Parts: sequence; C-alpha cells; structure tokens
Amino acid sequence: MINILLRNIARFILLVLLQVLIIDNIQFSEYVNPFIYVLFILLLPFETPGWLLLLSAFLLGFSVDLFEHTPGLHSSAAIFMAFLRPVVLKLLSPREDYEPNTFPRVYYYGFVWFLKYAFILVLMHHLFLFYLEVFSFSNFFMTLLKVVLSTFFSLVLIMISQYLIYKK
Amino acid sequence: MKNLIQFFIRFHFLILFIIIESGSLTIAFQYNHYQKAGVVTMIQNISGFYHSKVFSIKEYLNLRETNQQLAYENVRLNNILQQAYRSDDIFFYKQQDTINRQSFYLTSAKIINNSVNKKHNFLTLNKGTEQGLKPDMAVISTNGVVGVIYDVSRFYSTVISLLNTNMKISSKLLKNDYFGSLEWDGKNYRHAILNEIPYHVKVERGDTVVTSGYSAIFPEGVMIGTIEDFKIKGGNFYEINIALSTDFKHLTFVSVVSNLKKEGQKNLENTFPND
Repeated sequence: MINILLRNIARFILLVLLQVLIIDNIQFSEYVNPFIYVLFILLLPFETPGWLLLLSAFLLGFSVDLFEHTPGLHSSAAIFMAFLRPVVLKLLSPREDYEPNTFPRVYYYGFVWFLKYAFILVLMHHLFLFYLEVFSFSNFFMTLLKVVLSTFFSLVLIMISQYLIYKK
Repeated sequence: MKNLIQFFIRFHFLILFIIIESGSLTIAFQYNHYQKAGVVTMIQNISGFYHSKVFSIKEYLNLRETNQQLAYENVRLNNILQQAYRSDDIFFYKQQDTINRQSFYLTSAKIINNSVNKKHNFLTLNKGTEQGLKPDMAVISTNGVVGVIYDVSRFYSTVISLLNTNMKISSKLLKNDYFGSLEWDGKNYRHAILNEIPYHVKVERGDTVVTSGYSAIFPEGVMIGTIEDFKIKGGNFYEINIALSTDFKHLTFVSVVSNLKKEGQKNLENTFPND
C-alpha cells in the first residue's frame, strides 16, 4: 500500500518534470502540443477514492500551471479528466469487472483496451484544455485540428511509455 | 440532517468535482486576462441579446400606438410645410409692345419629377391648365432645350424629355442654317445625335446647334448643344454627335414657352394638300 503510494508520488513528480522541462520545450509545430502528464491520472489504481482522484488531479494540473504560467488552465482540464475517469472505466469494464491487485495498464488489460481508455480521456482533456485556452469558437476548426494532432502525439508518447517501462 | 449527510456522501464525487472545477476556473479567469475578457464579453453578449429581444417585443406591442403618433405627426408636419401651399405666381407674362408683335410667352415652372436613365424619359412640372399650360408647348431651361409638354392636368403637366427616343427636334447649325433632326440614341444623357445634315456642309467640332423654329413649338435659336464629333453615315448625310448643353440631372426650374402664333401657322400648313 505504502509502496503504491510512493510509486505514484514518484510518477507524479517525474511526469510533471518531464512535461515542463522537456516536452514543453520541444516545439514540434504550432499545432502539436502533447501533454504527457495526464498519464499520471490514467495510471492511478482502480481503487483510488474519488476525492483523492480529484485532489491529485488538481495538484497535478496546478503544478503544471505553476511552470507554464497558466494558473487554473491545466488544473481545470485535469480535474475534468479525473471526473470522467470513473465513467470511462465503467464503460470499458471487462465482463468480470477489474480484478484486484491489477492496475489500468497495457500489461494487465491489453493494448486495445488501454488505447481506448487513454484515447477517450486524453481527447476529453485536450478538448477542454485547448478550447478553454483560446476561449472562443471563432477558430473552431483550427483549434479542433490542434486538439486532434496533439491528442495523437500525446497518445503516441503514452503508448510508448507503456512499453519502455516494464514495471507493474 | 441524516438525509443531508447521506446525500453529501452519495454525491461527494460530483460535489467535490464542481467545487474544485469552479475554483480552478475562477483562478483561470482571474489570472488570465484573455479568458477574463472573454467571460465579460460573453456575459455582455448574453445580456445584450436578452435585452434587445425584450426591447423588440415591447416595441412590437407598442407598434399600434407609435404608428398613430407618427401618422398624427406626419399630418401636422405636412400641413405646416411650405410645399403644402401652392404658389400661384401666375400665367404667361405679356409684354406690351406695339411695334414688334410678341409671338412667344414664357412662364416658369418647377420640375417635380425627372428621370434620365430610361429609354423614354419624362418630366413632371408643377403647373397645369390652371396656369395656362397646354400640350405641345416647348419647355426650355436657361441652358437649352428640355422637352415638349405631353399632357396636362389641372395642376400638373408631363413633359417628354429630350432624352426620349421617341422625341425628335428640328434643329440647325447656328453658323450656316443647315437644318436636321435631333434625336436621342438612349445611351448617354449628355449626348444626342443630329441627323440629316448633308455631307457637303462644312462641319467642325464645337459648332453650335440650335433649334430651327420650323416646328412652331420651339422658338428659333434655342441652344441645344455643341458638336462633339461626326462621321458620314450612308453616303449622303452626317451623323453628328452633339454634347447637350442642358444637364438633365441638374434641372430644377424651367420655362414653358407658348407660341401665340402657332394656331395660325398650323392652320395654314394644314391647308396643304396631303400627298
């Protein structure tokens, strides 16, 4: 239990640093802004209580906001995503429900399941984030293109990370 | 109380989400000017939309009353308008000259309707039979020929403008009295065509064209325009392009010409045997 907590805290710090120190400094294109820090929310254990899920999402978004000078922007998007996570998990649950002592990872539930799970949540997060950022629908399709491309690249990074780190 | 606590426990996820989400959105709107401005504009748009709808509905409900008010106001204003009073400055001015018999009387009239952009243009004057106007009287302005009266009512008369393709005016070159027929080709309101000038006549640009006086409508020598250019058409005659001296877009007051001796001339001419 303590082990899981520590591992998640470490993942939290690692992902935030990875996001703000490396990925934010790589300018792929104006349309591509992958956000890999959401992987933290994706990988939280199934049993995480709701309040902890929301609070940790807030903390995660807030830490990214601190570095990106966008107070509230990433926090609200991350909370939104955390709020949707139980719904998506319910939607994608296998017939015998999630087994105890397993985590939402490719290792346990397979590539397709994880891709579906990650795709829905990351897309929601990016939609929320980018439309909140521009805060208008005037360049609707340009923003949508940004969302789609960024979601794609975030997903690529997330899927790669699942195979780079073999640990449970 | 127990129920309330149960409610909170049951929906704690949703409630917590709403609290934290609204908190972070508040932070976002407070610190990011862009969103702040966006929210303010959005709220203004919404309230503005609402107010304008409410106002337009109210406006619609008051329409009958407003209409009546406007009608009253219109009537009142129209009654004190100067146009409501007809100036009866009168009739044809007759000169008492016992040596030279006067043959043309003039009266002034105001154009109250005019057009230049049709094929058959007409003007309307503010005088009619009451002021002594009759059909076939000539209408001229200070600059030159305008048209011929076509029809008269009690207080108004219509004028066939020179800018009417049905209109033909007998005209001549001022310098050598060769006469031809002037008509409008329906294109440019500043130009007309003078036909039937034989090609042996020396014609130059800038020559003046005036009315011939043969038709007993126009007095002789009323300015029509100047020659702009010319070419020989069909072998024997010139086709002369005339720049009209009258600017039909810029006409207000005209003079109506009454030929006192027209009756006599016409009667005499009608005795010719028709062939």
